[in-house]
Amino acid sequence: MSAARVGVVTFPGTLDDQDAARAVRHAGGEAVPLWHADPDLKGVDAVFLPGGFSYGDYLRCGAISRFAPLMEELIPAARAGLPVLGTCNGFQILCEAHLLPGALMRNAGLHYICRDQGIRVESTTTPWTSAFTEGQEIVLPIKHGEGRYVADQATLEALEAGGQVVFRYVGGNPNGSLNDIAGIRNEAGNIVGLMPHPEHAVEDLTGAPSTDGRGFFTSILKKLVNA
Amino acid sequence: MTLDTVKRAEETPEERQPYAELGMKTDEYERVREILGRRPTSSELAIYSVMWSEHCSYKSSKVHLRQFGTKAPVSEALLVGMGENAGVVDVGDGWAATFKIESHNHPSYVEPHQGAATGVGGIVRDIMSMGARPIAVMDALRFGAADAPDTRRVLPGVVEGISHYGNCLGLPNIGGEVVFDPCYIGNPLVNALCVGLLRKDQIKLATAPGPGNKVVLFGALTGPDGIGGASVLASATFEDESHAKRPSVQVGDPFMEKLLIECCLELYQADVVVGIQDLGAAGVSCATTELAAKGTGGMDVRLDLVPLRDPSLRPEEILMSESQERMMAVVTPDDIDAFMAICAKWDIPATVIGEVTDSGRLVMTWHGETIVDIPPGTAADEGPVYERPFHEPAGQAALNADDPARLDRPADLRATLLRLLGSPNLASKEWVTSQYDRYVRGNTVLAQPADAGVLRISEAMPGAEETTRGIALATDGNGRYARLDPYAGAQLALAEAYRNVAVTGAKPLAVTNCLNFGSPEDPEVMWQFAEAVRGLADACKTLGVPVTGGNVSFYNQTGTTAIHPTPVVGVLGVIDDVAARVPSGFTGEGDRVVLLGETEQEFGGSEWAHVVHGHLGGLPPVARLESERDLALVLTEAASRGLLTGSHDLSDGGLAIALAEACLSRGVGCTVSLTGDDAFVDLFSESSARALVTVRPESFDAFAELCAAHEVPCYGLGTTGGASLTVEGVLEIPVAELRETHEATLPGIFG
Repeated sequence: MSAARVGVVTFPGTLDDQDAARAVRHAGGEAVPLWHADPDLKGVDAVFLPGGFSYGDYLRCGAISRFAPLMEELIPAARAGLPVLGTCNGFQILCEAHLLPGALMRNAGLHYICRDQGIRVESTTTPWTSAFTEGQEIVLPIKHGEGRYVADQATLEALEAGGQVVFRYVGGNPNGSLNDIAGIRNEAGNIVGLMPHPEHAVEDLTGAPSTDGRGFFTSILKKLVNA
Repeated sequence: MTLDTVKRAEETPEERQPYAELGMKTDEYERVREILGRRPTSSELAIYSVMWSEHCSYKSSKVHLRQFGTKAPVSEALLVGMGENAGVVDVGDGWAATFKIESHNHPSYVEPHQGAATGVGGIVRDIMSMGARPIAVMDALRFGAADAPDTRRVLPGVVEGISHYGNCLGLPNIGGEVVFDPCYIGNPLVNALCVGLLRKDQIKLATAPGPGNKVVLFGALTGPDGIGGASVLASATFEDESHAKRPSVQVGDPFMEKLLIECCLELYQADVVVGIQDLGAAGVSCATTELAAKGTGGMDVRLDLVPLRDPSLRPEEILMSESQERMMAVVTPDDIDAFMAICAKWDIPATVIGEVTDSGRLVMTWHGETIVDIPPGTAADEGPVYERPFHEPAGQAALNADDPARLDRPADLRATLLRLLGSPNLASKEWVTSQYDRYVRGNTVLAQPADAGVLRISEAMPGAEETTRGIALATDGNGRYARLDPYAGAQLALAEAYRNVAVTGAKPLAVTNCLNFGSPEDPEVMWQFAEAVRGLADACKTLGVPVTGGNVSFYNQTGTTAIHPTPVVGVLGVIDDVAARVPSGFTGEGDRVVLLGETEQEFGGSEWAHVVHGHLGGLPPVARLESERDLALVLTEAASRGLLTGSHDLSDGGLAIALAEACLSRGVGCTVSLTGDDAFVDLFSESSARALVTVRPESFDAFAELCAAHEVPCYGLGTTGGASLTVEGVLEIPVAELRETHEATLPGIFG
């Protein structure tokens, strides 16, 4: 049986694509490079939208990327159930593309922050979080200047009521996100976006002082292999 | 507006030219006339004025810098030495590392954010132009007193500039320094270092060989950035005031630079580049003259083909523009289509603006008329060289006689430790470094606050050959030591960076330096410079690490008051198995705490004298270079044999601060006893060639034997564990209290 294939998207200005591909490989999957200008998903089983400053974050983070030729393919596929994970800039792009509700604004402290952050897993029903237990506290790096999650009151209530808040910051809210939200999912649960970086927490030697990011990749590969 | 062509220059030999406004001396201008056999055109004057500037020609420093070559130790690791964009070092298994540090001091004072940002951008392009993938950056920063109002303007801007530019580029920031001293008010130092990796057989050089080869300008469009000088020229020559009020600090676009990096790497991979040069200071002038001078010797350029962001730019301004994110490549006619296709893939504008010739002349035309016709070597390599006079500063002897032994000793060592730990120079730099991405690309093994940054090589370039190796990098420099004795100060800067690399387990291999001084026209400053260079060259020889390149920054002074002489030294090392790297500080309970090296009473220029007494006098610690070498041998061998569980170098603030930092690293305390009979000296003296390490009890004998074999003094001080730093009979401080003191200072000042 061939390995599950996870697409890793590169926009101009994407930075964490190499890390994302490495994390997929370490978990036993095949990382398939997807190019922003090429409207072809190459038959992948899931898609990882990595962090960075796509198109220089000009205009607004993720605002230009959502119009990339690849996104014309990705958006309907995601709506139809393709598992998609967006981290950091990837989360911003998912919000701009209206695949996830709400928006990410400038950090409350107005500074870019890079630090190892405590996060609580609130939902394990997504294809990206099944390897965790509900309420489990993990450590992942955050590194962003615009990660303050905001949404209108009705949306927030719906997210909370529907169990769509997947991750919350613990041990201090680093950026002023409403309800300490670090990551959310869509109603169907196949699309997850979060500001922290699981791909930087998969090896003992490098990255964050934890390997808690591995759970994301074992989750999706287990789901794809069993599918 | 009249175009000042070569023909016109020949016809109007007496036309007054604004060479003085461009910073040229009369004899320099006369020399240009002599070289050309006529007056230069305004475009030629633009080229010579920037190429012969202190910044580009090193005219005041050259005679001293030669020692880095003449005294250089024999090094098998050195692949490319001084004189190229950056030095290249063999790090094994077919891999090479290239690294360099460069100043962007003056722009960072004028406009902190853009000044610092473009400092990062510039050094990254130097590394790219060697054929390498840039893999990390670090910054050595100096500011005025932390609580000075202007520091609150300059520091946040500088940090944001580095943060924004470096983070957008996707380069991890793995270390550096932040130092405060009133001498840097008005003259902050922003020294940016970049390191890159490449395959040993793929080094690119700045050269334009092969007549008929195409000269391609690619990257950002050319605009009116950083051309204050050219505006003088344009307005003086053409009486056109509209260009006079342009900003002289360049503005960076890190997104464009990120695309340039990926584009260049794809160009290298496709092997479609004969020679390449980045456009930094002096822009097109520098790139064309240097490429031509190092190649076949001639080049024809159609300057009107340079793509412009501002179509009103005059040729003189195009020649001097320092617009960022531009590169120039030499490409064979056969490869030009492939070259252009790769640029198009990355949305990088690329334009053929000329051709290599064997005429021995750099000829530039503007809409068909010749405006430049010079032998390129005369601008690139044959600039003026000055033997500037120097002598010891008037107050130097008195300064050295003012021994800190006269200062009152502290009664309370606990309070002294906390006071030092919370002082701006020793306090946590988290406020600064948390604004830098240290994780991107996933190869960061150690980063700040570790003694040195350590990177894994293997996955730095996807698809590259596997290796277990890693590289380590540190920068250091102590302006107070150098003020007291520039010769020793430069050696101590090298010694500390060398030691910081060695404590991680890496073997120090090569050196880069950024020499920050006041005006070379002041003989006292020039003495400091001459002494520092002599000291550094001698120390490099003793330690067996060659200087591969660097940068000189003069004129860091306000009025007649210069900064402390501040040689900042970067050392690159290699570790054979990066998984064997040793973390900084205490990593677990029950390890033996061991002090390596001898402690003497050395308080000249110390952090204690500075913080507690505001005193600077006496002599700095003795630079014990042989001891440093032996210490490094012990540290690297012990690391490779897996004997060490943690290590940390002793420097500013001595053993007291090293112990505190080791506890703070992972919240592991310790109980130790002092070995000398004077607790104050044991704790706060800044003797060099010392390190603090931890070993498992079962490894202690083997480690002690190793130390004995290399004659490195080795003192068992105690054991790790508990929640306090306990120095028996002297002090006890809970780690939580250390942390609170250490972490409160910078947020308290900068918000």
